[in-house]
Amino acid sequence: MTAPVDTSDPKQLGADTDGTQFMTFHDLAYDAGKTVFQRKAQPVGQGREGELLEVAMGPQHPSTHGVFRMDVVLDGETVVKLKPVFGYLHRNHEKIAENTSYLGSMPYTDRLDYFCSLTNNWAYALSVEKLAGLQVPERAEYIRLITAELTRVLNHTCLAGFLLQDMGALGTPLMYAFREREKILDLIESLTGARMMCNYMRFGGCRCDLPAGWLDEAKKVVAEYPKFLDEFDALLSGNEILMARTQGVGKLSAELAISAGITGPMLRASGVDYDLRKVDNYGLYSRYPFRVPLGSHGDVYDRYMIRMLEMRESLKILEPALKDIPEGPVVDPKAKLRGFRPKPGEAYGRIESPKGELGFYLISDGSPNPYRYRVRPPSLINLTILEDMCLGQTVADAIVTLGSVDIVLGEVDR
Amino acid sequence: MDDGLRNELSKQGVVVVKLEELYNWGRKNSVWPLSFGLACCAIEMMAASMARYDLARFGAEVFRPSPRQADLMIVAGTVTKKMAPQVVRLYNQMPEPKYVIAMGACAISGGPFKQGYNVLKGIDRYIPVDVHIPGCPPRPEALIHAFMTLQRKIDAQKVFGPDRAHYFDASKPSEFPVPLFGEHDLVPPKNPNVWEPAVVVR
Ligand code: SF4
Repeated sequence: MTAPVDTSDPKQLGADTDGTQFMTFHDLAYDAGKTVFQRKAQPVGQGREGELLEVAMGPQHPSTHGVFRMDVVLDGETVVKLKPVFGYLHRNHEKIAENTSYLGSMPYTDRLDYFCSLTNNWAYALSVEKLAGLQVPERAEYIRLITAELTRVLNHTCLAGFLLQDMGALGTPLMYAFREREKILDLIESLTGARMMCNYMRFGGCRCDLPAGWLDEAKKVVAEYPKFLDEFDALLSGNEILMARTQGVGKLSAELAISAGITGPMLRASGVDYDLRKVDNYGLYSRYPFRVPLGSHGDVYDRYMIRMLEMRESLKILEPALKDIPEGPVVDPKAKLRGFRPKPGEAYGRIESPKGELGFYLISDGSPNPYRYRVRPPSLINLTILEDMCLGQTVADAIVTLGSVDIVLGEVDR
Repeated sequence: MDDGLRNELSKQGVVVVKLEELYNWGRKNSVWPLSFGLACCAIEMMAASMARYDLARFGAEVFRPSPRQADLMIVAGTVTKKMAPQVVRLYNQMPEPKYVIAMGACAISGGPFKQGYNVLKGIDRYIPVDVHIPGCPPRPEALIHAFMTLQRKIDAQKVFGPDRAHYFDASKPSEFPVPLFGEHDLVPPKNPNVWEPAVVVR
């Protein structure tokens, strides 16, 4: 399904056109027929195997987003082989979780994807609720929806900043992004007491109710956010340098994306319409109409634009949700915090985290600890096809491609 | 020189400072940290250098990607046993005078992951740490406070005399052995020159 979108104006891309749920957009330059930058096909290792250079990028490297290492084999500047090396941040999350109570793992889930602790909390709470058959009161569902969408906006903002930094725009876009991040963090802090490690959701609800005046503050932030997005769009989305560095770089075909199990904005940038908020219909997402932006080229530019557009869609969910939130309890009165022992069984709960499908698989044997605890981290699975996206491109493009995957090492290595 | 005389001279336009004061004043206001993030705490380290917290006010916004150009290593995050050798190696590559801030519960002691099999129980087992910041993650204000503490320490370091700073003494080590993976754990498990287990007196 394709909705007509005026692609000549980057601001228009996120605007409502009609009632359709899905939209597609094209790169500005492709559409206007004025491709800014012609990429030459790079010859790959033609009879010059002896001159290959192997470089270990990382684990201490400013552009690998933490302690990630990629061993690249270069022919001149062209990547002919790329081997990702994980494990520099393996913190035994799953093993620790199997030795502590169900609730005891909640703070550890914060530290998986440390940009989005609230969505991690939600995914874990959701799987335990499935396991134990708990119900969530409506107000708590609203709070979950609101915090998750705020987290999505926060994550995508930071990602755009980091991506631009990887391209060499040192400082400025990231400064703008972090300025906005602080505004959302203020909200999260006044709600949960912590800026990053929230530990907020509980099985059957949330830990505490909204503080007085929180909704008004949140409404203010949400109302002002589009201004920042417009600013970002005006400065960056149509920027020639950004288009030259990202269009046609790191292409990922829809077939490969599906067969590799890619999820999240990366999959949608390749044009596959798959968003768990629509597919699973968890939480209250069915109450609020929003559209799923889809890319058409699967390159880095599409991945960047998808995130810009998703932020606008998230704001569209947030605005009415902040008005509709009803009064009531925030935690199911039947839920037990102490001595929590679900009956034997297994459950898999998943949500659309800002990075993709985040799932928790739990097996209970009736004891206070899970018998098996497994995380399905979107970052790790999205990273596995890095080599396919980078082969034949220059090493500078490999950095940009890595930046567009949106990895957080806490989640990759766990 | 006593303060009265110095005051009197400055009224006449003669400003007298000790070379040591000038040297330390310059050093403490241009500490260049190594841009080196390990885990969650690194995000707060970045937030400290961005808008709102603005570490540039303390002269420390120039994050250098190369250890050769850095004065300060902020160990921001969990040091795993796979990463510990690289951290020590980076420390060894930094030129003297160099300082270390251990940011967050993980870098201090292993933090929430202390019970895990792959997490180092504190980076101060291998390299000397100047300032510890507790917290998980510490707020950017806490990092700024650590900076100010470090600045006080730099200011107090002597250039001349018998108690001058250790890095003027060539016989004092500025590089430490890099641990390696042994059969079960890192070998050696600690550097006895910088760390000994605390003795509990009951
Ligand atoms: S101290 Fe806490 S926030 Fe910092 S790296 Fe460790 S787990 Fe992450």
